[in-house]
Amino acid sequence: MSASALPALPASDATRHLPFWLGAFGVAAAVFLALKLIGNEYGYYAGYFILQYVVLASAWNILGGYAGYVNFGAAGFMAAGAYTAIVVRKAFGLDLIPGILCAAAFAGLLGLGTGYLTLRLKGVYFSIATLCLAVVLQTLVVNWDYVGGSRGAYIIRPMTMPGFSSYGEYIFTVMLVLAVIAVGVGRTVEHSRLGRGLQAIRDNERAAEAVGVPTLRLKLIATTLCGALMGVAGAPLPYYSGYLNPEAAFSLSYAVNAIAMPLIGGAGTWLGPVIGAVLLGSLQQAATVTISSALNLWIVGWILVIFVAIAPRGILGWFGKR
Amino acid sequence: MSVLLKAEQVGKRFGGFVALQEVDLELRAGERLGLIGPNGSGKSTFVNCISGDFAQHDGKVTLAGQPIDGLKPHMRARRGLARTFQLPQPFNSLSVLENVRVPLLFAGAAGESTRRAMECLEQVELAGKSQKLPRELTQVEQRRLELARAISLRPQLLIADEAMAGLSNAEVDQIIALLLRLNEAGTAVIMIEHIMRAVTAFAERLIVFVAGRKIADGLPREVLALQEVEDAYLGKQ
Repeated sequence: MSASALPALPASDATRHLPFWLGAFGVAAAVFLALKLIGNEYGYYAGYFILQYVVLASAWNILGGYAGYVNFGAAGFMAAGAYTAIVVRKAFGLDLIPGILCAAAFAGLLGLGTGYLTLRLKGVYFSIATLCLAVVLQTLVVNWDYVGGSRGAYIIRPMTMPGFSSYGEYIFTVMLVLAVIAVGVGRTVEHSRLGRGLQAIRDNERAAEAVGVPTLRLKLIATTLCGALMGVAGAPLPYYSGYLNPEAAFSLSYAVNAIAMPLIGGAGTWLGPVIGAVLLGSLQQAATVTISSALNLWIVGWILVIFVAIAPRGILGWFGKR
Repeated sequence: MSVLLKAEQVGKRFGGFVALQEVDLELRAGERLGLIGPNGSGKSTFVNCISGDFAQHDGKVTLAGQPIDGLKPHMRARRGLARTFQLPQPFNSLSVLENVRVPLLFAGAAGESTRRAMECLEQVELAGKSQKLPRELTQVEQRRLELARAISLRPQLLIADEAMAGLSNAEVDQIIALLLRLNEAGTAVIMIEHIMRAVTAFAERLIVFVAGRKIADGLPREVLALQEVEDAYLGKQ
């Protein structure tokens, strides 16, 4: 093949990404309208539950899927976001949207700091370090009276929001927009120089460094992005339930789902976490309503075991998309 | 010709074990150097000190007159120092083309990365397999991919660490021809190799390491005739 018969160069960024953003907002609008037509308040809460996992799984995928660094501390970052929202509400009277922005900033910084401390570790050692981070954060929160300590903290949310039929519709819409942004960020990373570098790190970090990839810098960017998005996923949590305690905020189910959803959907692709989150999130909601929420992790565990055995590359792997 | 690489008193210890001690080495721009020695003689340790894999070591290393001690491997790569590994280490989830594009993306050549990557693949005769995955390549093709990736940044110095291990005679000849072409284009090459036929066919100067020390340095014919080199490989009678 001569240089003149090369594969086509990628189109410009705007041309490449526009159809995705149009499609994503189209799907979001369709979901919103469908729930509006159904008119059932539970639909918004179930939708929120699934969408928060879309954000969380997409966030995990940036570091775990593309770079191959398995983060067991998702619950810690999510709780950091949730408690940041509580702190800014209590200290400055700021509402949900500023709370989300502050949560992104704080959890992003937390991700950056964690990265500096842990990214020289590899494999299971890195994973254990992230798990420890969640334990340390939980211990801090349990002993921090300002945010309610082990008793938890209440957020009295308004009954209605202007422009929305209910607060449930409002918070669902907020999470819907956050999910579109999180998926968009994941896709942008995947198609960027950053994504290529992270994939090279996942495949062979030593070789990546040897050919000029600044591995530590890329991993720090990934931990920051990952932390910020996980914080974003957690920020609306106290507004969603009106109450938050450390046990709920640092729940094991967040850590497990954040890993299981991308793995089942197809880690290392922007679409995989979405598929995994919708599938597992819906199943858990169905189990919660029909049987008991106590079954949620049991279901996730079994599905994960089955997928690891028969489809280690996830659902997208079946279709040759990875 | 000017000195490209200068290593002064380079040494490396692992706990109490001295893997490399007081090695001095100069390499001129465009030179072809063979580096040989029995297993465990410190060849790869030396390469890892030069390439930055071992951040901490004794001595000083300069490349084109600039000290490179303390620089991370990716910074050394951007200054013109490329290396290959004993076992090919491709990015397995990326296509052959993407493997070669990755270095260019981070060297300020993103806009022309596809064109330049394809040129490198043409040099190593892999252009026709640019869309394949590395696991679909034969062993010698994987070696050639490794070389294409290493030369994508147009290095001043290429360190080929046992680039011919496990290859057939015909495949060894292919790699030698490839390295000679790269050298003709101006790249200095350090070939670390156990295959004597390859070293003597390629190198214009030969250095021998034994037990972490440099014991000989000179023309290949003269170095291979030295009694201490023969002793190192075959043992003393």
